[in-house]
Amino acid sequence: MSHHIVAFENVFFSYPDGTEALRGVSFRITHGESVGVVGANGSGKSTLLMHTNGYLLPRSGTITVGDHELTKKSRQEIRKKVGLIFQYPDDQLFMPTVFEDVAFGPLNLGLSPERVHECVEEALTTVGSLDLRDKPPHHLSGGQKSAVAIASVLAMQPDILVMDEPASHLDPRSRRALISLLRHFHHTKIIASHDLDLVLDVCERCIIIKGGKVAADGRAEEILSDRKLLEENNLELPLSLQRRGQSPGGDMDEITKLHHLLEHWAEHNTEHARTYQEWSKKAESLGRPELSALLKMIADETTSMDAHFRKALELCR
Amino acid sequence: MTFDNEFFNIGYLDRLSYRDTVVHRLDPRSKVIVTMLYVLTVVSYPKYDVTSLMPLFLYPILLSALSDTPFLLIAKKVLIVSPFAVFIGIFNPFFDTGTIDLWRGIQISAGWISLLSIMIKFTLTISAALLLIATTSFPGICHALQELGIPALFTSQLLFLYRYIFVLMEEAMRMVRARDLRTFGARNIGITVFVRLIGLLFIRTVERAERIYQAMLFRGFHGKIFSIKQHSLRPADTAFISLSVIVLVVLRLFNLTDLIGRFVQGILL
Amino acid sequence: MHMADAMLSPAVGATFWTGSLATITYCSKKLREYPDEKLIPLMGVLGAFIFAAQMINFTIPGTGSSGHIGGGMILAIILGSRASFLVMASVLTVQALFFADGGLLALGCNIWNLGIYPSFIAYPLIYKPIVHADGSLKRIVIASVISAVLGLQMGAFSVVTETMLSGRSELPFGTFVLMMQTIHLGIGIVEGMVTAGVISFVRNARPELLERLPTAGTVTAGASSRKLFVTFILLAAITGGALSWFASTFPDGLEWSIERVYGKPELPDQEQGITAVLKGIQDKTAFLPDYNFQKPEYAGQQEKPSSWPSVDAGTSLSGILGAGIVLAVVLIIGLGIRAIRGRRS
Repeated sequence: MSHHIVAFENVFFSYPDGTEALRGVSFRITHGESVGVVGANGSGKSTLLMHTNGYLLPRSGTITVGDHELTKKSRQEIRKKVGLIFQYPDDQLFMPTVFEDVAFGPLNLGLSPERVHECVEEALTTVGSLDLRDKPPHHLSGGQKSAVAIASVLAMQPDILVMDEPASHLDPRSRRALISLLRHFHHTKIIASHDLDLVLDVCERCIIIKGGKVAADGRAEEILSDRKLLEENNLELPLSLQRRGQSPGGDMDEITKLHHLLEHWAEHNTEHARTYQEWSKKAESLGRPELSALLKMIADETTSMDAHFRKALELCR
Repeated sequence: MTFDNEFFNIGYLDRLSYRDTVVHRLDPRSKVIVTMLYVLTVVSYPKYDVTSLMPLFLYPILLSALSDTPFLLIAKKVLIVSPFAVFIGIFNPFFDTGTIDLWRGIQISAGWISLLSIMIKFTLTISAALLLIATTSFPGICHALQELGIPALFTSQLLFLYRYIFVLMEEAMRMVRARDLRTFGARNIGITVFVRLIGLLFIRTVERAERIYQAMLFRGFHGKIFSIKQHSLRPADTAFISLSVIVLVVLRLFNLTDLIGRFVQGILL
Repeated sequence: MHMADAMLSPAVGATFWTGSLATITYCSKKLREYPDEKLIPLMGVLGAFIFAAQMINFTIPGTGSSGHIGGGMILAIILGSRASFLVMASVLTVQALFFADGGLLALGCNIWNLGIYPSFIAYPLIYKPIVHADGSLKRIVIASVISAVLGLQMGAFSVVTETMLSGRSELPFGTFVLMMQTIHLGIGIVEGMVTAGVISFVRNARPELLERLPTAGTVTAGASSRKLFVTFILLAAITGGALSWFASTFPDGLEWSIERVYGKPELPDQEQGITAVLKGIQDKTAFLPDYNFQKPEYAGQQEKPSSWPSVDAGTSLSGILGAGIVLAVVLIIGLGIRAIRGRRS
């Protein structure tokens, strides 16, 4: 298996009406990474997402997903790996009940009825919506709908989750719930959104698309706190950073910026520690004690770094 | 504002159908079959039958009580939805002027009797239909129809229709409201505006259909919609069907009303 | 206008159900032969569209009163005969359940009246030949109005026929026909105008949309439209045959209308033979004996008001008494169950 799970290489695409939507996009995403794709309206975000599962095929350039290069033939295989979640759950939840909707994918994969039941229950439990299984989608709230839409994709057990504006229609509480849900997934994630705060919270990496090209690619905290870069791309600072940046001096100085970064790092550190812990347990249950012990050590050392972060945060004040 | 009313009415009935009562738990097939048999029995009574129809009220009343369906809802619906039956039936008293002796010289025109018979049959059949949908989810009914032999293609698209009724009605309602807000009290929509409104709704609908198709493709759809069997006929269903059949046949064969009436009359007079 | 259960006899209801179900099965089978994956979701969503569109009222030009569309012709033009028929049948099914429009037995008639005529006659035999391949606006308007009017006229006549055959109404055939056809002439003209408007609006706004639509298995004019016509005649003949068989097995409806048509309660002489045979079958198969199927005189008698006189004053009283008691008992049972359930929860 290759190290890179999704790789775009000099991808060009134009629509039948002549609009050039992608003009030489290249990037590589590795296993477990979560990547935010941001950009102004019409920058090519959605077109890019449509390429990840082969709904659109590049005019030139290559796309590799896992071991497969995207072609007309391989796209059925690729669709099993890439779960694409739409902006409007009403388009995605087309079956008359939640259960049937989540079962739609597994049934198409040809799983046995018992296995389908298991998949559906597992997926609904993951998003905390098992009690909704017999409801029709039109009885659900916006937040419930988007949770079920995610479950319907999870039930197909994809390696990669691709989302288009996952929170655009959600109220603040549901949005928060979605964010914490996404942070706990170990899948590779690609999220296109105008909600830069969401990207900042969920993704460690961020790609800015402008005019069908990659305008910037790097760590999310760095890109999303770079006011100049964002404004050049018709974007603005995430609200959480704007608020913190409203110190009497106006623009953020370097120390405040570091403070935000530290906050993020600290948050991620705690989370990473938890993940290592989980995998250590998993490794043990798989009968790999050595690996488990090593992971445990990594987890402990990561946890001990929390204290350093706290100390650094204090020094920043 | 009728639009909003209709919208919420359907929504209400739809919500009722997802509750959990003895009646809701019955297999949809058994309810579909019994409802059809019941309706057939009701309409099989000749046109001047009024009193012998009375015992048939047992079915809607029993069913609505056992399923906690608000009785007023059914009554109200029956009252509002009868343009055709009333429109046609109302002529009976004018054209059918033969008279019938009721009791000791009190006479009534036969047309009134047949009109009354029509109205009672109307009430019974409509409540049966409403109770079916108030106690059985629409997807349940569709699965039942498919298991009873209706082609899968028909039931599949019927399920899509049901799924998107609420989405499209909301979209239409938004458009009508937006139009209402800018016309300042003009009651109805003129035909040219209406055509454009419907045309726009149509375009949005077709675009939506494309997105849905995309979503289906992304989840491995290739031409056939599979379904998992979710219902099974249990002893309660067999009991429900056989009991209903027996009661219907007995009621149809023996005029219970008349028997009771004679009996009581014999005691009283 | 929707047919209602209460106006139907079981024979007529069952016959039209048979016809409608046969057509549904036929169309589903035919559409399976030209599989287009996009078709099922498109049909479903367009059904929901018609449903929503029917709920928007508009002012009928020149009258000030409000109306809504039926949508049968719009569907037929967009989806072709078979798919549009199935969608119309679905819309009517949902209406029968959620609005109780007519009822479940009458649904068979309503699918027939509002589905068959626009999809299988008005569209392929009237609309298509007039519009041709790339019709002008004028052609679309003319074709839409004529086909909508004729489709609805046939539907209205069907309603009259069903009502007459069922024999629950006393309206004289002539009056009824005149009334229904006139009302539906107006409705048809408006429906046709709206249909033309919507089709040409979409054509102007998004021409590519109509071209992209999968109209799988659309019957094309010419040879196959002739085939369709033959199929339809055959279907009609079969239905008619079934209808007359049913109707003579359950005579309460047919004889009544025969009486209207021929002015006398007996069928013309040459029909007596068949009737006699059917009568034999009927005697052997008759159920519900109190329904007087086995009356020796197969004439219009038992349905005339004079049939009531067998009910003398005494029994009418007992009837009213009995009705009161039965109703009271039924209500008490209902209220009792509610009370018990209420206390339990």
